[in-house]
Amino acid sequence: MKVIYAGLLTACLAQPALAAEIWVSNEKDDTLSVIDIDTLEVIRTLKTGERPRGITFNADFTRLYICASDSDAVQVMDPETGEILFDLPSGEDPEQFVLHPDDRHLWIANEDDAVTTVVDVDSRTVVAQINVGIEPEGMAVSPDGKTVITTSETTNMAHWIDTESHEIYANTLVDSRPRHAEFVKDGTELWVSSEIGGTISVFDAGNQNEIGKIHFEIKGVHPDLIQPVGFELTPDQKTAFVALGPSNHVAVVNTETFEVEGYILTGRRVWHMAFSPDHRLLFTTNGVSGDVTVIDVAKREAIKSIKVGRFPWGAAMRP
Amino acid sequence: MTHMRRTFRVAAAGLLCALCVQTGVQAAELNLTVGYLRLEEPAHPVLSGLDPVPERRGIEGAELGVKDNQTTGGFLGHSYALDVVSLAPEAPAADVAAAARDMLAKTRVVVLDMSSEAALAVADLAEAKGAILINAASGDVALRGALCRANMLHTALEDGMAADALMQVLLSKRWTKLAMIVGPTPEDGVRAQTYRQAAQKFGLKIVSEATWTFDSDLRRAASREVPLLTQGFKSHDVVLIADAHDDFARYIEHNTWEPRPVAGAGGLTAVAWAPVIEQWGAAQLQSRFTDMTGRVMTPRDYAAWAAVRALGEAVTRTGSTEETALSAYLLSDGFELAGFQGRPLSFRNWNGQMRQPVPVVNAHAQVVAAPLEGFEHPQNPLDTLGTDQPESECHAFGE
Repeated sequence: MKVIYAGLLTACLAQPALAAEIWVSNEKDDTLSVIDIDTLEVIRTLKTGERPRGITFNADFTRLYICASDSDAVQVMDPETGEILFDLPSGEDPEQFVLHPDDRHLWIANEDDAVTTVVDVDSRTVVAQINVGIEPEGMAVSPDGKTVITTSETTNMAHWIDTESHEIYANTLVDSRPRHAEFVKDGTELWVSSEIGGTISVFDAGNQNEIGKIHFEIKGVHPDLIQPVGFELTPDQKTAFVALGPSNHVAVVNTETFEVEGYILTGRRVWHMAFSPDHRLLFTTNGVSGDVTVIDVAKREAIKSIKVGRFPWGAAMRP
Repeated sequence: MTHMRRTFRVAAAGLLCALCVQTGVQAAELNLTVGYLRLEEPAHPVLSGLDPVPERRGIEGAELGVKDNQTTGGFLGHSYALDVVSLAPEAPAADVAAAARDMLAKTRVVVLDMSSEAALAVADLAEAKGAILINAASGDVALRGALCRANMLHTALEDGMAADALMQVLLSKRWTKLAMIVGPTPEDGVRAQTYRQAAQKFGLKIVSEATWTFDSDLRRAASREVPLLTQGFKSHDVVLIADAHDDFARYIEHNTWEPRPVAGAGGLTAVAWAPVIEQWGAAQLQSRFTDMTGRVMTPRDYAAWAAVRALGEAVTRTGSTEETALSAYLLSDGFELAGFQGRPLSFRNWNGQMRQPVPVVNAHAQVVAAPLEGFEHPQNPLDTLGTDQPESECHAFGE
């Protein structure tokens, strides 16, 4: 059955995108590395604007959005050809963004300008700019599309933005240097990682109250070096994988108890991550060692390291 | 593109006020005015005019700190201001005391940008009792030791921390035999003594020493004079330079008799901050500072920025502007400041010195940051740098 299915797929697609892929942005190389999930090898390297960081696909994976931070633009790429189709206005120094469930509005953190910019990708215009704290970075959108979160690194806050009015309706303090935010468990909780604080703060998304904090401890590693950045949850929402920066480990967290169940050794300064479509593999970007660690999700161990470009930053899956 | 950026800026500025009013989780309004008292350093004559001292050095670091605090405060109903008084180098001690009294009557948190002696005199004023003074200028070891004061914290790097950082790097490279050139001023002598102690702490050996005595114009004569001076050194790995005023050190590198790296001043240096630091988000701080001032951020600016940001962080977390609450929080385990150095910054509760990684840099890049891997400490590896608690002569902080 599987064989037939695979055969059909080949027949349907004009382009040779057979296997699913992991796309990685290389911050200091101005390139993207495309990893084939079957062979676990880099099959394409594509040029981008300057200092690519956040990357994300649109709903049907026909477009890739790239934060080209030092080009002050969000670039739109055709993932089939690798061609940059056009640049979107993005405000200065776009670092990270999130695509609204409407597939039309990109919410962009402008790191150098302390604003969040909302861009309509169809009309290619800036819809709104919202003042946030200093060095905004983490971006999240609730599954119902009603709330967007921006976290600001130096202000140490999560700003809760109403997507209709474009107004901030709540500000919640988190530990030092928040880097990444995600709505989890069907949007009932917001998680925010704090790099220097060394924690993940968990908020009740309904009332913005903090309901828990996740701490990490690795034997032989000083707590100062355990710096959570990116994280992803398994589809059942029961397990979280948390990249811990210069401690060179990913933590496996029980999302009910907020306890850490184990640590997986990765490359150096592990940063962001993406799952394969079947969620059996997890790919982490390791900034300092310039590689991607492939983690077997069930076994909770690293199985391969793949060399990519200099300072791999963002990761996105393309089925 | 340039035009578009400008448009964004204007739009953003327009939004700011509306937001100030509407947002904020804590309704309590708080205002903190931070004092900044500077006694300008007398200009020391140096051979080269390549690195002029910026006129508003330090002050602009504090201004950026206030701006950063203000952005955060805008969401919480907190506001910040800076009150700057800068005195000419020749101002008599009585004028400094009068200015300090005036300032302390207005605010209980004051950043001090002055010599060790002047800072000490301010700390000992009756009006300064219970205030928070933050030394953002002097690296004097004694000011953190026998002369420490309970009302003074230090964001300026202790000289011993810089020396220890340098020695850690040299030791990790196994460049353990040092030949030292010491400048002619008293400050150079103090610097040399700090190097000797740090070398001993980490088991490095100063095999030869020479005193810098040349009064010729080194910009023309260095290629003749320096080989002669360094020719007599015993076998060594590194030439270490004790030049507290950044005077002659720049003429030593590549003029030595033996092909040796130069460290201390010129060549490889341990500093609180430098334009070449770009890791850990430092590039953002650098560009915010340069956008604001049109110049690069100096160690003095960094110390002033850190002082003001530390105060802002304390206000944010405690919801108070009352100095005893702020002081208690700053010295507690709960306090941590993200200072773009890869590790949280905090204050040593036994002498008030800010714990900070020490970048070791050359003119073009950061080489490494101390503490290096392998230099362990029972509490915090950052405490391998500078005076540690067991050997501290400071007893003003209780317990």
